[in-house]
Amino acid sequence: MSKRILKHIVLICTILLVLNNSLLYAQTDEDAIMMAKKQLCVGGTYNYSSWKNYWEGTLKRNNLNLGTVSSNMYAVMGTYGITDKLNVLVGLPYVTTKATAGTLHGQHGLQDMSLWVKWLAVEKDLGKGTFSTYLLGGISFPTSNYIADYLPLSIGMHSTNLSGRLMLDYQLGKFFATASGTYIYRNNITIDQTAYYTTEQINSNKVFMPDMATEQLRTGYRSSHLIAEAILTNMNTLGGFDIRRNDMPFPSNKMNSTTAAVNIKWTLKWVPGLSLIGGGGYTLAGRNVGQATMFNAGVFYILDFNHSDKTKGKSSK
Amino acid sequence: MKKIFLSITIIAVAASVILVACSKKVTGVTDNLPALNPGNEDLNAGTWKAVLLTNLDSFPVAVPAATNAASYTAELNEIIGGQRSLTDAQRASIKYWSAGAVLRWNEILRDLVAKHNLPPYQNEDGTYPIPTAANPFNYPQYPFSNPPYAARAYAYVSAAQYDALVAAWHFKTKYNRPAPYIVDSAVNALVPKTTLPSYPSEDAVLAGTMAQMMTMLFPTEISFIQQMVSEEEEAAILSGANVRSDVNAGDALGRQVASLFIARGKTDNVSKAVGTPAQWAQFVTTAQANGQTPWYSLETPARNPMLPFFGNVKPFLFDSATVIALRPGPPPSATSDEMKQETMQEKAYITNPTREQMSIVQFWADGAATYTPPGHWNAIAAEDFIGQNFSEVRWARNMALLNMAMMDAAIVCWNTKYYYFNPRPTQMDASIKTLTGIPNFPSYISGHASFSGAAATILGHIIPSKAGTYQAMAQQASDSRMLAGIHFSIDCSAGLTVGQSVGAYAVTRAEGDGAE
Repeated sequence: MSKRILKHIVLICTILLVLNNSLLYAQTDEDAIMMAKKQLCVGGTYNYSSWKNYWEGTLKRNNLNLGTVSSNMYAVMGTYGITDKLNVLVGLPYVTTKATAGTLHGQHGLQDMSLWVKWLAVEKDLGKGTFSTYLLGGISFPTSNYIADYLPLSIGMHSTNLSGRLMLDYQLGKFFATASGTYIYRNNITIDQTAYYTTEQINSNKVFMPDMATEQLRTGYRSSHLIAEAILTNMNTLGGFDIRRNDMPFPSNKMNSTTAAVNIKWTLKWVPGLSLIGGGGYTLAGRNVGQATMFNAGVFYILDFNHSDKTKGKSSK
Repeated sequence: MKKIFLSITIIAVAASVILVACSKKVTGVTDNLPALNPGNEDLNAGTWKAVLLTNLDSFPVAVPAATNAASYTAELNEIIGGQRSLTDAQRASIKYWSAGAVLRWNEILRDLVAKHNLPPYQNEDGTYPIPTAANPFNYPQYPFSNPPYAARAYAYVSAAQYDALVAAWHFKTKYNRPAPYIVDSAVNALVPKTTLPSYPSEDAVLAGTMAQMMTMLFPTEISFIQQMVSEEEEAAILSGANVRSDVNAGDALGRQVASLFIARGKTDNVSKAVGTPAQWAQFVTTAQANGQTPWYSLETPARNPMLPFFGNVKPFLFDSATVIALRPGPPPSATSDEMKQETMQEKAYITNPTREQMSIVQFWADGAATYTPPGHWNAIAAEDFIGQNFSEVRWARNMALLNMAMMDAAIVCWNTKYYYFNPRPTQMDASIKTLTGIPNFPSYISGHASFSGAAATILGHIIPSKAGTYQAMAQQASDSRMLAGIHFSIDCSAGLTVGQSVGAYAVTRAEGDGAE
């Protein structure tokens, strides 16, 4: 398979909704795939996540006054190729939450917009395959005034985050492996209460949000028409505190998780530019998070502006 | 060219991350207060009416050594020596306590209330373990500082501090020994100088009071409190405000006055407030016998009601007969058209809640793991008192008035709740989802409204220019419970009235205690 075809593969935009709906794992910014210059990939995804058991600190338990906590996420996303080696990505999800037991009111609303710049910094033949290095920078910020300190039913943490990611990819024939590491700086948040307890009483409505780090490995089959992959994601909060016995979660908890997922992307041969995605995941281990089971599905379509430029005689090069 | 542009972008992003990261430390609103510098030392406070202490000489404080005595000179040398080798931690401690020890102990108490305000996890058989003072470290630790427990804790601590300071002021003016920084110019004043006599030390009086009160109220925290006591007393000496004999006399006096309050606490009926399973069942049969719909717990498994006999606790501002007199009449029957209307209104509130509505609910929620509604009003009061430049003894007096009012409001409120044993809105209509947790006790009357009505009334007397603001805040705190879907409007309006009535007793006391 030629590199040219590989670069024209549609972006996959799976989101693995980690419990508490706190983090987005969009494949667009986590996979080693680029849009070609002047191509726009747009799409929509649906993600469902639910958990019955959760970790209160390190203690695994259920909660009869929450039952099963679930969330639905509907996201629109787009990726545009500024050049073959420089893409910008944007995503915006709408989230709803609910609990099957207890009396707490579910929440819904527009969550955080994410913007990424993705740069294919290095691409060269290595052995019989191709080795690539990507650098990514991202920002996400809340797009509505949703409530953060209402876990586990708040739709997000309401912090503005800056992310930096290094991603390494190796493709050998139709098999590939991608490894990435991300540092997420999280800005402090403001809550409605004027005091709260972490490991001590804080007399402020500002909450210190510890930064996070994630690592991800993904591997599997990758061709121009089909991608099938397994994904292992590790998330660590660099600081934060444990939920105390029978307390409720708080945005600055030490939320860690290890999640396994599978993902498939299928590009239809008879409708050029259209692709379908689907996948699922499960939280293998965690701390101050729910043991979530996740499913997702999505549709993407590529718009190629190179062609229209040519017909108008305005090709830039 | 593009690569250069990209590199610049990446460097800029990285730099901004580092810059923003440096400013992430959260500062509490009272972390960096200036030293308390009272406009009036209230030198006549020894004549103010105490709460329990009827004879100020019942805990005698020995005549202090004269400032020209050899023993006093040795004490001065201790300060001078200590000031020459002050550590950063000691300087920070002096600064911390100089903001006012009544304020600092109030904050520490709020911290401990929040820390211990967690409902116990259920037993295997679906019952719930009850914390016990006899075995405080066993899970669930004693106490579970829920709102009525907290209201009583704030009141006992505040009233004991007030009485102890009234006694301290009595002895201060009686013996009239000046502060070491006045006696000897070699002693630096690391806090604002005052003409208030230093024997016995007001800081040590408060520390000793707290050490003793916490043996009753938060027994698992004694070692932590003792550490704070040591820090405060060391700061009092190293700041140049007190010699060691000032501190020793003050500490002993504080502990003795506190013992009066502990004796009262042992017989104020709080030990019977939990009740027994047979008594809990009796509430149900009584309500049914009266043709009413009894309250039930909306938790799974059903949790025993919170302190159902707290309504029998002995109040500070009036007698137990007045508790009954202040109890409002019954709410409309749960099956009445009026209550059906109220239930429909609650359903309407929570069907499509606005963000502003949720914000009001959260601001006043003060639920599990918080300092409770009385703690919130303590925080509100403290922030306003900081600007008033009160003396320590006036700080204590005002906090005592506030917290005795809220404890007594809790007593009347809890008495009413279990007298009528009325259901919550969600019990009437299970589709009413709430914007905060439903407290595990009957609905009528609202605790938030009762606490807030009492607090706003006495605070409006203490700072008249803010009386209207306080009543508006109380109204909002009361409304927040309807907006959350956890109270009927009649619970809130009746609660606010009860609170204001109780607050009026505190105002009457304030007008007659000699401080105005």
